Amino acid sequence: MTAEARTDAPANGGLRAWLLADTVTSTGQARAQKLYLGWRRFSSNPLALIGLGIVVALVMLAVFAPLVATHDPFAQSLDRRLLPPSAAHWLGTDELGRDIWSRIAYGARITLLIVLLVALIAAPLGLLVGTVAGYLGGWVDVALMRLVDVFLSFPGLILALAFVAALGSGLENAILAIALTAWPPIARLARAETLTVRRADYIAAVRLAGASDLRIIVRHIMPICIPSVIIRITLNMAGIILTAAGLGFLGLGAQPPSPEWGAMLSTGRAYMLGSWWLAAMPGIAILIVSLGFNLLGDALRDVLDPRAS
Amino acid sequence: MAAGGAAVPVHGTGAARADGTARLRRVGREALRQASAVGISLFGLLAITFFIGRMLPLDPVIAVIGDDAPQSTYDMVYRELGLDRPLWEQFAIYVGKVLQGDFGLALNTSNRVADDLLRVFPATVELATVSIVIGVGLGVPFGVIAAVHRGTMIDHIVRVVGLIGYSAPNFWLGLMGLVVFYAMLGWVGGPGRVSVFYIDMIEPRTGFLLIDSLLANEPDVFWSAVDHIILPASILGYSSTAYIARMTRSFMLEQLSQEYVITARVKGLSRARVVWRHAFPNIMVQLVTVIALAYAFLLEGAVLTETVFAWPGFGRYLTLGLLAGDMNVVLACTLIVGLTFIALNLISDILYRLLDPRTR
Repeated sequence: MTAEARTDAPANGGLRAWLLADTVTSTGQARAQKLYLGWRRFSSNPLALIGLGIVVALVMLAVFAPLVATHDPFAQSLDRRLLPPSAAHWLGTDELGRDIWSRIAYGARITLLIVLLVALIAAPLGLLVGTVAGYLGGWVDVALMRLVDVFLSFPGLILALAFVAALGSGLENAILAIALTAWPPIARLARAETLTVRRADYIAAVRLAGASDLRIIVRHIMPICIPSVIIRITLNMAGIILTAAGLGFLGLGAQPPSPEWGAMLSTGRAYMLGSWWLAAMPGIAILIVSLGFNLLGDALRDVLDPRAS
Repeated sequence: MAAGGAAVPVHGTGAARADGTARLRRVGREALRQASAVGISLFGLLAITFFIGRMLPLDPVIAVIGDDAPQSTYDMVYRELGLDRPLWEQFAIYVGKVLQGDFGLALNTSNRVADDLLRVFPATVELATVSIVIGVGLGVPFGVIAAVHRGTMIDHIVRVVGLIGYSAPNFWLGLMGLVVFYAMLGWVGGPGRVSVFYIDMIEPRTGFLLIDSLLANEPDVFWSAVDHIILPASILGYSSTAYIARMTRSFMLEQLSQEYVITARVKGLSRARVVWRHAFPNIMVQLVTVIALAYAFLLEGAVLTETVFAWPGFGRYLTLGLLAGDMNVVLACTLIVGLTFIALNLISDILYRLLDPRTR
């Protein structure tokens, strides 16, 4: 049906006219129109495009790190240590003569890994807790939401610090600790979404058809909550990156010689008075990426909820 | 209490009296609800810190006696730490100790953790307070100006500067600030709370060096302390400014789109008067909540900023404890921050009720 509408569209004035037509002939067209209008609102905001550009650049940098890196990120050469930025070493070299640009390029992989893994742990956990609490209600709801409140009464970094202190330092534990602090807001959101649909007719219909609670939650409620959960986690990405960098800076996250940006900043600190670029460059990388996610999150919120802008 | 309150309207003579009791009942119920929420939060706080303490992969007994002690010593310490008792009993012991302010000894300083906390906390409060003054002093006016000039260049500049404040890791800003303003320009004092010459010169009375030095009539120490606090407080204040300006802007936009604003303008009042005398008072209540939250987040920011500036406050105490693997210190600090968060939430809730006539 969609394909059919698409083929006869050019006769009426091209794809643009099809996307802006007043009368919609298929659900596919309605969806495409909604996406297109959202994109128009999104792309009319230059800050949003900058944010999107930064995030795309981060992904590219991570994927093509071996191609964009000019040197081996782990190759030490002591006769070229602490060199300022130059044509040979774009961002200078560190205390062991390693090329900082190449290390930042490889470090993008770690940043992306942290962000993705935290999202992959925190989102399903929050989704599960939120939908179960919202759907079952009663004492389950009270107990789970109290747990969420307690987690929210700690600032994220402090709770992550306490978890890492107990689990031991290292990248995996840092990711786990950040994920443990990132799920409660998602659970709250998922619960609110669940409350709006739990009394819907279609849920009653599936229940009458004999579906179990588990099946209703997993197959009929969770899919409804997923889009808003994805947006919420995008909004939180900048915070996740800053927390990860903070843990790396304290020496509790990724360990040297890993080119994790926070850890690079931490070693660069000892040399910062003589060779400022050691600490400045990874910090700028963190700033740009977290700014990118903030701009993107802001713009997404504007598109999805025009009142909030 | 509910039964007594319900009986009154039946026997009450005047409508006013019934109205008064109804209000009292509502306030009472509200306070009860609030108290139970705080109670549950506190319980959860204790449970989480207890759980984290038990999550340790290393044996707590070996942490105390080392791994070459004889079995009899091991068993004795095992019992002393209460590890042979059921888990709920261990939890009860833990809660009892915490309620008495007993967090155990700190490995680093070999003082009681509670004493250490009393010593370091004022330094953090001092830093956070100066930061919040900067944050409110800049954030509120900038937020209002951005809202009034919505969509103009000023609005965009405030927004972008604010977003950078949001996005920058503040420990990195601190490092760069030290490089530029201390090492290169020499405008401000370096790490620490006061110049090394003056350390421990002032007898702590309030614990706040800026106040103590004035009370002791030591202007040199006071200016040295100002010199040292200005950079870390500005950097922490920047992130508060970003947050407060953003929230002020959105609250203000909501008010400026209301009809009473148009009415006031149509009546011929000046723009400044409408903004500051009519619209602004309406957002002050919401701002109180935002400022309380910003203050709470300063405690979080303090952990890394204090590490960068060697500021002898609670954040540095926490990170030093963390690096030494001292769980007593880590858990006590976590608990204290959680308590401060709950307290600040409660205070902002109460202020909200007191300040906003609509909640009465």
